[in-house]
Amino acid sequence: MDLLFDPLFRLPFFAGLVAATVAAVIGLYLRLRAEWLAALGFAHVAGAGGVAGLLLGATPLLAALGASALAVAVKGALQRTGNDVYAWLILFGWATMMVGASFSHHAKMLGDTLLEGQLYFAGPPELWATLAVAGATALLLPLLSRRLLRQRLFPGHDAANGLRAWPVTVGFDLLAAATIAVSALVMGVMAAFALVFMPAWVAFGVAGGWRRAVAWTAGLAGGVYTGAYVAAMAADLPFAPVLVGLAALLAPLRLLRRFQAGAA
Amino acid sequence: MTTPPLLAFDQLRAGYAEPVVGPLSFQLRAGEVVGLAGPNGSGKSTVFNVLTGSARRFAGRIHRLDGAGIACQAQTPYQGGELPLRGDELFRIMGSDPKVLPQALSVLLPRRLDRLSGGQRQSLVVWSALGHPGAIVLLDEPTNNLDAQGRALLIEGLQHLAPHRAALVISHDDAFLDQVCHRAVHLTPDGAPQPEAA
Repeated sequence: MDLLFDPLFRLPFFAGLVAATVAAVIGLYLRLRAEWLAALGFAHVAGAGGVAGLLLGATPLLAALGASALAVAVKGALQRTGNDVYAWLILFGWATMMVGASFSHHAKMLGDTLLEGQLYFAGPPELWATLAVAGATALLLPLLSRRLLRQRLFPGHDAANGLRAWPVTVGFDLLAAATIAVSALVMGVMAAFALVFMPAWVAFGVAGGWRRAVAWTAGLAGGVYTGAYVAAMAADLPFAPVLVGLAALLAPLRLLRRFQAGAA
Repeated sequence: MTTPPLLAFDQLRAGYAEPVVGPLSFQLRAGEVVGLAGPNGSGKSTVFNVLTGSARRFAGRIHRLDGAGIACQAQTPYQGGELPLRGDELFRIMGSDPKVLPQALSVLLPRRLDRLSGGQRQSLVVWSALGHPGAIVLLDEPTNNLDAQGRALLIEGLQHLAPHRAALVISHDDAFLDQVCHRAVHLTPDGAPQPEAA
């Protein structure tokens, strides 16, 4: 338990907490767009980019972000929404990552890190990357939120008024890709997916409105992350599987909807 | 002096891979409610879609008065899947004033859309378009799922549309169009117009 308060672990804890909260809020909007599989899609592409970058002598973090941005460009060019593009990205990213990892020991270590998560080894580059995506999300998401909701409920309204859809779509995709890539590099692919999927799923079921849903996702993600961090440290367990397990245990919270419905 | 139309269609032919409706020529002036009627598949919604950019204009022109904003209510964009969005938040994302809502519907504002009936949800969506500040209101099948009360309230709302605004109402419900429209354009099954007075 002493490790919990060791200054060495403050930076990884803080980087992970920020990444977890931002990923969960992004997950809410991905669910709105029926694109919750994006977490696994972008995470696998980021992994493939990181491994490819290592093999080519580039910084894995920057290569992962670059690969994610490339995936956004491909998705934008295809002009497709929904989960099918992300399913393809999972397959392509996983295959590229695993084949690439077989070429060198360091690439294999990076591939393992991405799959299993190595939060405790997060350093200043990961912290700055996390803060950068958190800052961009805090700045841009409030501007995009109304347009993203309107695209879902009033399709065509913005286009009829001369407002182009692509800056909103591509802007949000870039935010999502960068957030998920950084989250996957810090905590691992499955942990990033758990944080994107579970809090938003619960919030969609029980929150009393959109603003409350944002608060639900951020609160649940922060709680699950902190709980997993403490539990993993205290019991000397691997962080990512503990986080994924705790996130999965959020599912019964959706039953609150039945009580709400009964009270209404 | 005649005021220029808010929206004018001049020999419009529109469709997707190929034209499915037209040639259509009609105008929408301030203070008017114009209906677009016809059977399923006659291309009514294609006229709506060409204004929103999701259908293609093959020939003719569409002219909109400079500065005239459009409020669009598309046909069933949201079918009631899980969504934590309240009625008042729906109005906010549309930039609409919830005060336009009749008293009977304003009680729905604090409730989640996915926990309303299909008719209640449709009422909120349609009225949030009516509450939008745009001078042109486009409603595509606004009476879908509405009960008698919701329908009566909508008729009253359209009959009292502000004089500087105009509405184009697309519907297969001739009785509704008869009650709200100053005139209507009727389409044949193959998308050709048969103009007649409402």
